[in-house]
Amino acid sequence: MTGRPEAPELLITARGLVKRFGDATAVDGIDVEVRPGEAFGFLGPNGAGKSSTMRMIGCVSPPSGGELRVFGLDPQTDGPAIRARLGVVPQEDTLDTELPVIDNLLIYGGYFGIPKAELRERATRLLDFVQLADRATSKVDPLSGGMKRRLTIARSLINDPELLLLDEPTTGLDPQARHVVWERLFRLRQQGVTLVLTTHYMDEAEQLCDRLVVMDKGRIAAEGSPSELIAAHSSREVVELRFAALDHGGHASALDGIGRLEVLPDRLLLYVDDGDAALVAVHGRGVTPTSVLIRRSTLEDVFLRLTGRTLVD
Amino acid sequence: MSLTRTPLTPTTWVPAPVRSYSHFAHAYTLLWRGSLSTTILVPILTLVALGFGLGSLVDAGGGFDGLSYLVFIGPGLLAAAAMTTAVEEATYPVMGAIRWQRTYFAMLATPLTAVDVLIGHLLWMLTRVLMGAVAFFIVLLGFGVVTDWQGVLVVPFAVLIGFAFAAPVTAFSATTDNNESFAYLYRFGIIPMSLFAGAFFPISQLPGWLQVVAELTPAFHGVELCRGATTGTLSWSSDYVHVAYLLSWGFVGLLLAKRAFTRRLVF
Repeated sequence: MTGRPEAPELLITARGLVKRFGDATAVDGIDVEVRPGEAFGFLGPNGAGKSSTMRMIGCVSPPSGGELRVFGLDPQTDGPAIRARLGVVPQEDTLDTELPVIDNLLIYGGYFGIPKAELRERATRLLDFVQLADRATSKVDPLSGGMKRRLTIARSLINDPELLLLDEPTTGLDPQARHVVWERLFRLRQQGVTLVLTTHYMDEAEQLCDRLVVMDKGRIAAEGSPSELIAAHSSREVVELRFAALDHGGHASALDGIGRLEVLPDRLLLYVDDGDAALVAVHGRGVTPTSVLIRRSTLEDVFLRLTGRTLVD
Repeated sequence: MSLTRTPLTPTTWVPAPVRSYSHFAHAYTLLWRGSLSTTILVPILTLVALGFGLGSLVDAGGGFDGLSYLVFIGPGLLAAAAMTTAVEEATYPVMGAIRWQRTYFAMLATPLTAVDVLIGHLLWMLTRVLMGAVAFFIVLLGFGVVTDWQGVLVVPFAVLIGFAFAAPVTAFSATTDNNESFAYLYRFGIIPMSLFAGAFFPISQLPGWLQVVAELTPAFHGVELCRGATTGTLSWSSDYVHVAYLLSWGFVGLLLAKRAFTRRLVF
């Protein structure tokens, strides 16, 4: 290391990062690197350790082990300096609900010590950016969930952060509201803001992330771009077979060897490279499903394969 | 529009705890109307009811410590109000900032630290106590209760009482998860203290063992200071004990609150 870590190659570096709460290990030795300008995702079921990781990166949770650097600085000793350059969108809104929309931005900007005149200019600009300009003077309480989320995002941008941390940014929003949020986050990415987000929505991860890690039980189960993950952990296509009679065991043994087979309560899944060829093979075995769907593999297939179908909680 | 990247604004000279303080002050400027009547009206009503109503009976029996009941009870009520305001500001608002509005967590996502958040909120609580004390002092002046120039000292004394209560109660609020515990705090702490710690009658009227208990409460020392001030009978050679006692409650509370905030907010 030489002198001041002005322009680190990596925005976030974690090596063997561990977080324990008493006897429970929430994060169990993960390695993560986030580069400037990318959109990086932590994908995983509830309780996988995503939020604990985010809180450590946000310098509000001291790591129990391993090494963590944000902007090349140590969160343990340089928390305030790091947070001055971070934007944080927490999982639960922490808005001042009894105050007007614009005051939320002004007060929050005050925490950063941004001078008043500049703060007002930035607040107006950001409300415009999240399409809340016409609600500037209304209270937060009556706003819809999507509007509150957008306000939280606007608030997190008040210090013009280099790195934006989003913990489940669209959980609980309706489809329209989610798309508005995604579109705004996409715009931020284009403007060079590095995004780090957690989600348990596959479509969100596919829409937003250049690169992601799948977390399960505090560990990283897989890492890569969405297409890399699909290539590495699933097949190109999936054939979904449904039957009138629920003799899945019998069908399953008849289909042995065509591709990786997964038996679900309502259908059989065949993971294959060529769905049409596989279907010919299925018919060749004398198996006649009542309905067939051939589709491309998605991140959801990867996710369920890596983290299992059973509920973790 | 575009979000062009502007160079990072250097933080201003405003100290971090003051930035946290501004949150509470800003919110108050928008929501102050509700508190105004309690700040001004309650002292007037209590003074009239007790000082004149009940006072006419007490004074017929010779008053307390050679004072008319109005003069006796005025500073006692001011001290009790300082205590009540401090406790009100240090209970639900603290729990709400942790559990409901989660204001503290919003602050911690910025350069502010848990200690900045704590100091800022405590300063705000003391500001509320100060506002109440100034209003109460003016009412006391209006009723002719203040008979000595030293009387103006009730204002800083009220802030001192506020500190002695706000700091430990803040620590308590940041530790408890159950808002029923506030009911116990009032029932077994605050209400008995306001009744028996010398605000309404001299503790010499209490049985001996209860006098000892009363002298251990910070409320008693606050009442003594305020009454000494309005009646001009303060004597620094002995009354510094009251100041020291209240300060020690405040500083011990501050240490406990610092520990509670760090545990609760940074985990």
